[in-house]
Amino acid sequence: MTTPTTTSTFDLGTSFPGKVSPDPRPGYSGWIVNKDDLVALATALRDEHGFDYLSSVTGVDYFPDNILEVVYNLYKTTGGPGLLFKVQLPRQDPVEVASLVGIFPGAELQEREIWDLYGIRFTGHPDLRRIFMWESFDGHPLRKDWHEAYFEDEAKPFKSRWPEGKFSLAEAKNIYEDNIAYPAGFDPEAQSYDSEKALYESLKVYQKDEIGLDTDHIVVNLGPQHPSTHGVFRIAVVLDGETIVSLKPVMGYLHRNHEKIGERNTFLMNMPYTDRLDYLSSMSNNFGYALAVEKLMNVQPTERAEYIRVMMAEMTRIANHLMAIGALLNDLGTYFTPMLYALEERELLLDIFEAVSGSRMMCNYFRFGGVARDLPEGVLEKIKDLFFERLPRQIDEIDRFLTENEIIRSRGIGQGVLTAADAIRFSAAGPLLRASGIPYDVRRAEPYGIYDRFEFDVCVRQNGDIYDRLMIRFDEIRQSMRIVQQAVKQIPVGPVLSVKPAYQVRVPAGEVYSRVEGPKGELGFYLISNGKPNPWRYHVRAPSFINLTAFGPMCVGHKVADVVAVLGSIDIVLGEVDR
Amino acid sequence: MNDMYGKGIVKGLSVSLKRFVQTYLDDLRWIGKRYRTDEGIAHRSSKDARGIFTVQYPEEKLPVPEEFRFVPFLVYDRGENGEQNLRCTSCGICSKVCPPQCIWIVRSTDPSTGRPVPDPAEFFVDVDICMNCGLCAEFCPFDAIKMDHDYELASFGRNVFNKQKLAKPVSYYESVRPANAARENAARAAKEAARTARTE
Repeated sequence: MTTPTTTSTFDLGTSFPGKVSPDPRPGYSGWIVNKDDLVALATALRDEHGFDYLSSVTGVDYFPDNILEVVYNLYKTTGGPGLLFKVQLPRQDPVEVASLVGIFPGAELQEREIWDLYGIRFTGHPDLRRIFMWESFDGHPLRKDWHEAYFEDEAKPFKSRWPEGKFSLAEAKNIYEDNIAYPAGFDPEAQSYDSEKALYESLKVYQKDEIGLDTDHIVVNLGPQHPSTHGVFRIAVVLDGETIVSLKPVMGYLHRNHEKIGERNTFLMNMPYTDRLDYLSSMSNNFGYALAVEKLMNVQPTERAEYIRVMMAEMTRIANHLMAIGALLNDLGTYFTPMLYALEERELLLDIFEAVSGSRMMCNYFRFGGVARDLPEGVLEKIKDLFFERLPRQIDEIDRFLTENEIIRSRGIGQGVLTAADAIRFSAAGPLLRASGIPYDVRRAEPYGIYDRFEFDVCVRQNGDIYDRLMIRFDEIRQSMRIVQQAVKQIPVGPVLSVKPAYQVRVPAGEVYSRVEGPKGELGFYLISNGKPNPWRYHVRAPSFINLTAFGPMCVGHKVADVVAVLGSIDIVLGEVDR
Repeated sequence: MNDMYGKGIVKGLSVSLKRFVQTYLDDLRWIGKRYRTDEGIAHRSSKDARGIFTVQYPEEKLPVPEEFRFVPFLVYDRGENGEQNLRCTSCGICSKVCPPQCIWIVRSTDPSTGRPVPDPAEFFVDVDICMNCGLCAEFCPFDAIKMDHDYELASFGRNVFNKQKLAKPVSYYESVRPANAARENAARAAKEAARTARTE
């Protein structure tokens, strides 16, 4: 795929008369679909119109208006702009809408997230349990009338900080017992048992094997504290001997309701918070968020800022993929040698981030209309040295070190296969999708920034196994190096911010869904502004989270030792999975 | 695939061997200078680094770049009698832009007139909540709050810094961020010159 096959926006109204209507609110661009027509419409869009990729599903709460919304974003894997449509539901419990898991299995975890955080029931969902909070949790936290334990005000900045500034420690406001609200009639013993039981019941358990031997299946929990789970992540597997029968990811141990925090924050305050999503690639997160807000504000960054952004995003991709390669090799059992070889190059990239933004990982470098500050003296030379002299050689060395190794080949080739059709169905994104033979890259499919000016190839591998997912990261590192080499040569001088720096930006009312190709996949931001200083809705389409939808199906039939390898090849960061 | 099984492993291990040898070669070439010297540390974090590249903290410390940011501090100018004149006017922009809302400012009022005076009565930063984003320093219109370079703040209790603890002299600021300070001083001088030109 070199150019998108379509560039014009698809007109839903003429194709489905009577079933949809354009969203009349100013600044909104989506379509409102009748609740009863949703499944038929989604099926037709997938089968007849080629919208085969469900990018994101999320909810919106229009409290005090009596509306809850479910917002869907569909794309074509052949490229081109997407389609945003929504279903409006009355806000009286039970709020119910048909599940799309049967049509787009990639909606599974996302619909569980909406049920958990918004209390919208998806009828027909095969496993509708809470995903981040525990089963007995009281309320649905993203609803606007739900308040957290440390609640101070609906929106920042808080009035208490200035000019009276009555300082008190945050923990003094809440003694430990008041931290959590319990539902009426709460019995901790019964409740906590139930939530585990719900999980284990969701794992398919077979009683007898084919030849009638009376063998039992056993449930094994990997994690949440486990050296190979990349964070506080738990995997519940049902085993038949050593073979995996069924697998469910269990997450939420790092959940902090990033989106609720984001809706309390002003638009600018969210920038450093995006660093904390996928904390290995903060520059990409900044990029995605800055683009989304710039679309709403209708602001263009300056030329120099565009080049700096692309350079930083591609360097982030290299740093992230190095980390992914090292961590995957750790999972395969090479204890830390390749990891440290990869970390050495990553250190040099982080040195550049530190010099430019002031922090190695929590960069907070992008601003609406550009970047925070120009490249300090000497940094461009450092980037040149690194990208023309050192990195190509070192990447080749790590490649030589690993890729012909017989152990890695036999652990990787043919293991954890995700077919092309499944990759699309499960909404896999990024290297996971491309290693399965789908040449889909947002930088090409829907170019943002100045990516249309650079020569680079969309990497693709055909087998969709662990080995291909390792190799595609090497391919992508090489393509990113190409982009940075071009950018370093072309970067013009000039200002780096196109607007006057302001600590409170004016964002006109409206909605926007904007996405970038993050190192782990498609990173999307769905924002709704109502003209106030704080976003009304701030949703992150987290690639790590959605890529986990395919995790279970990829593992079934393999040995338990391959679970960690498959997980390593997906490359997740729990900051982004749990948000 | 491979004509000889194990060839790939041997090929990979040769890379390890190369790196192992390089560390000692580098040690020989830099005898006595590779460790615990500034140039040694700079070499180990440059594009020419090879072999072992770890820095032995706390005996060795990586130099931090000028833009490095870790916890804000308040800049004061020395007055004629040696008193500390904070640049802060307690306008409150830093506390409004702070994402985790960790800055508390008490504005002082003139007891005779009851009107606010441009000097903070008290200034708290809850350092344990601070996320080191640097937005306060970026948007301060008076160059009064800046991000520090001192990252060794480990303690047994909560870190809440008050005005006394936060205040640092302008000479300190100029020593940790020379380029920034020079740029800001030039901008302030230009503004001052424009103002005097207007009044004359």
